[in-house]
Amino acid sequence: MADLNGLRIADRKHIGLAEMLKGGVIMDVTNAEQAKIAEDAGAASVMALERVPSDIRRDGGVARMSPVKKIQEIQKAVTIPVMAKARIGHFVEAQILEALAVDYIDESEVLTPADEHFHIDKFAFRIPFVCGCRDLGEALRRIGEGAAMIRTKGEAGSGNIVEAVRHMRAVISGMRRLTTLGPEELMTEAKTLGAPYELVRWVAKAGKLPVPNFSAGGIATPADAALMMQLGAEAVFVGSGIFKSSDPAKRAKAIVQATTHFKDPDVLARVSEDLGDAMVGIETSKLAEKDLLQTRGW
Amino acid sequence: MTKSAVVRIGVLALQGDFALHARALEKCGVKAVEVRKPVELDQVDGLVMPGGESTTLLKLMDAWDFVPALEKLHGAGKPIFGTCAGLILLAREVESPTQFSLGLIDVTVERNAYGRQRESFEASGTAKLGPDPIQLDMVFIRAPRIRRVGPGVQVLAEHRGEPVMARQDRVLVATFHPELTDSTKVHRYFCDLVERCRAGA
Repeated sequence: MADLNGLRIADRKHIGLAEMLKGGVIMDVTNAEQAKIAEDAGAASVMALERVPSDIRRDGGVARMSPVKKIQEIQKAVTIPVMAKARIGHFVEAQILEALAVDYIDESEVLTPADEHFHIDKFAFRIPFVCGCRDLGEALRRIGEGAAMIRTKGEAGSGNIVEAVRHMRAVISGMRRLTTLGPEELMTEAKTLGAPYELVRWVAKAGKLPVPNFSAGGIATPADAALMMQLGAEAVFVGSGIFKSSDPAKRAKAIVQATTHFKDPDVLARVSEDLGDAMVGIETSKLAEKDLLQTRGW
Repeated sequence: MTKSAVVRIGVLALQGDFALHARALEKCGVKAVEVRKPVELDQVDGLVMPGGESTTLLKLMDAWDFVPALEKLHGAGKPIFGTCAGLILLAREVESPTQFSLGLIDVTVERNAYGRQRESFEASGTAKLGPDPIQLDMVFIRAPRIRRVGPGVQVLAEHRGEPVMARQDRVLVATFHPELTDSTKVHRYFCDLVERCRAGA
């Protein structure tokens, strides 16, 4: 790994697995059947969860880690890496996921937070974590805690790309700004960002995060996936967008193609033909603050 | 085709850690070219098939009819280097589960042979890329194992007595990820192979 000014970050083998997922699509699935559809469509990984975000939003209640049995069924059904979500701060759910040998834990705002103050100490685990962020400071705090992959949060279950765009732009422009600052400005910047000074210095020099940066929360079409890739995402997570559409297998395949060929409008036009209906989206600006998932965690 | 002055090595960029391979190749002084369509293979002197998910890569290759194009590239005397998933795609036989592969190197490979990510590891192994053996930093991620090595295949590196890097003529494979380390020795070895094949062709 690059010199991180003496600060410990996630293991190279864990950051490495995120590297292997680049250019790919990670799909939310709730059971083995959906996992198989995702793998057949070309997903690079699947994410096990109890309910997809749009159902969590609709039905309410406490959203928890996926049932153990479901995770095991999904692990048996596919050969691609299996990720699973744990609640923010719920380190015992994470311990269970480690015992199950899932390949990545998503400490996720989509589930109901278990701790309003603290995220999980990710160095205490032998498997890697991905965490959400809305801006550069949040990304660097999670990396400082040991996250091996970052994903911008977007607004899960909304089918609306606007929040994903906002968060990706915030991270990218935040990094660009750091590269323009002089060394004497970086400590104050670290204080403003609420981020570890060593990481701020590293990003100011490298112009990028020391771990892969993926996009999540609101991707519903091949065009959405390609938009996030062109904005700087290195891979995409798709949640409700696939299994809440009228033809999940076809849409999943199209989003996989669009993520690989994100710079090629001819391919994007072709894969976007005849996909059936996308999930019905939500105007996120009309959501009350309490209904936003992205504000969970800090 | 007239040869350009610079050696151009393609990196299959359908999915996986192609960006790190491209960076390592550029450090070795060659031009790295991302390849997403078969036609782009016409412009390269050699190809790296990176790590990623082999099932995903097969689906993406299938959609673009990559298999005949890769066979043509190999037939034209251009070297190919596959790491991890790239090795799985190049092998003669693939186990657990069995799946289609190009069969360009006579080895049998077992997928995810050490287990899931919890069992991924970093280690040091011995490689023989020149006259003297060297120590290489190796990162194994949900790695495959080479279970059988055919008679025409030369083992270039071992970890705990098992082959982790091998070569048959113009096809080079590794179960670990040299692109994740700071050393460019393995990429340098491949670039030399490409340059020799290019000069001889």
